[in-house]
Amino acid sequence: MTAAVAIEGLEVVFDRFRALKGVSLEVREGESYGLVGESGSGKSTLLRAIAGLAPVAGGAIAVNGKALGKRRDKAFYRDVQMVFQDPYGSLHPRQTVDRLLQEPLAIHGMADGEKRIERALDEVGLGNGFRFRYAHQLSGGQRQRVAIARALILEPSILLLDEPTSALDASVQAEVLNLLEEVRRRRKLTFLMVSHDLAVITHMCERLMVMQDGEAVETLTASQLIGHRVGADYTRNLLKASEGFVRTA
Amino acid sequence: MSDTLLDVDDLRVTFPTRTGAVQAVRGVSFSLGRERLGIVGESGSGKSQTGRAIMGLTPPQAQLSAKKLSFDGIDLLRASAGQRRALRGNRIAMILQDPKYSLDPVMTIGRQIVETLRAHEKVSRAEARERALAMLQAVQIREPARVFDLYPHEVSGGMGQRAMIAMMLIAGPELMIADEPTSALDVTVQLDVLNILDRLVAERGMGLIFISHDLRLVSSFCDRVLVMYAGKVVEQLKASELRDARHPYTRGLLNCMPRIGFERHPLPVLDRKPEWAA
Repeated sequence: MTAAVAIEGLEVVFDRFRALKGVSLEVREGESYGLVGESGSGKSTLLRAIAGLAPVAGGAIAVNGKALGKRRDKAFYRDVQMVFQDPYGSLHPRQTVDRLLQEPLAIHGMADGEKRIERALDEVGLGNGFRFRYAHQLSGGQRQRVAIARALILEPSILLLDEPTSALDASVQAEVLNLLEEVRRRRKLTFLMVSHDLAVITHMCERLMVMQDGEAVETLTASQLIGHRVGADYTRNLLKASEGFVRTA
Repeated sequence: MSDTLLDVDDLRVTFPTRTGAVQAVRGVSFSLGRERLGIVGESGSGKSQTGRAIMGLTPPQAQLSAKKLSFDGIDLLRASAGQRRALRGNRIAMILQDPKYSLDPVMTIGRQIVETLRAHEKVSRAEARERALAMLQAVQIREPARVFDLYPHEVSGGMGQRAMIAMMLIAGPELMIADEPTSALDVTVQLDVLNILDRLVAERGMGLIFISHDLRLVSSFCDRVLVMYAGKVVEQLKASELRDARHPYTRGLLNCMPRIGFERHPLPVLDRKPEWAA
């Protein structure tokens, strides 16, 4: 079986700053894979490099067995979709939900937009009543649902999720995580998910990679992490920190 | 030391909007001694507006009313703007969520701290600098002299938040209001900042109001927790007794977070009942 995403020695350089220093990674088809690390560890850059949003300086990326060149073809953008962290910043403020969802359909020349939009909104738990609203008329959780609907409307096989719930309240986070799990099960999607929250990653992903300073620290399965069977001190520190504040008397 | 520092009775904050008045805070009452009080709720529950009302930062178009709102015997409702200004930053201080937005971007960190100090105390320039450096050291900034001359955009989020804590503590406040002080920070940095805050609050015997949406974090940090929903306090409990929370909203908030080692698919979600807001 070919890997959904295979990355070999990926380098990303901004001016002279090396954001990714030769990272390799393999995500199997249908798998949910997590990337964790602190800010500046390069986890989001890795995701953006796959999507073509970061300057790749070296290494190779292959999606569904096809190597990606400098220019990605249209089929790639249909197959791989991304959901961003900030639901306030990632939706056009002057477009209605309907218009937002029409755009990807128009770009890819997909037929029966009407039906697809209705279905997409239904799938993310927003009724047709939300179709002609603007982003500012929605709550954070509803906006993230719209962003997920926009990603799903092209029927991709891979979703890149960049901290999809970190801007949301805990109760809304639970709803969005449930939604993501449900669409993944139904559509057999591959997830590549970035989060700084270890609990979210172990909840959502089967395997994960811990990153620090643009490098991979280690690769673990969720059960290894739950059982605290980790190799690196860095991961141990992250685990400890995610258990919450403990007063040192 | 058990004397009451802050007394809030039936606090209400109302915003006039085009579609009618919106009550952000609807009758919140509590009193605070020299202890750590947590206020927890989702966005829109009124927790931040409660903190801002105490600080005197309610926007001018909003209506503020209360049966009682007093700080150390001073009636905050009747205090003049000048009196409140003298309190603000001096005896009551507030830490905001994101140092990226709440520090002045065109002023060095050192100057901002010195400005706070000199606004409230008559001290010489040299002494103010000395004290600012000492304060930066107290919040565990390793090279205080270097950071003193840096601009906010030149430091990391954790460092910026430490600088803000330093700025807020320099005048020696008796009451500190921390509004989501660590939400914008990485988990590991979060703990450092909380440790610093915890130590300083304990050392100086301050009262602390810790506002956050993270119930677990608040309960591990505070002595007492108020849970707010739709502008009201729905439950008040000791942090140690969180597990015995009775209100379905509190229980829902506790349950909906994924936890390492507790597999639940799907996660339980809050089933909001209209009577909670009644």
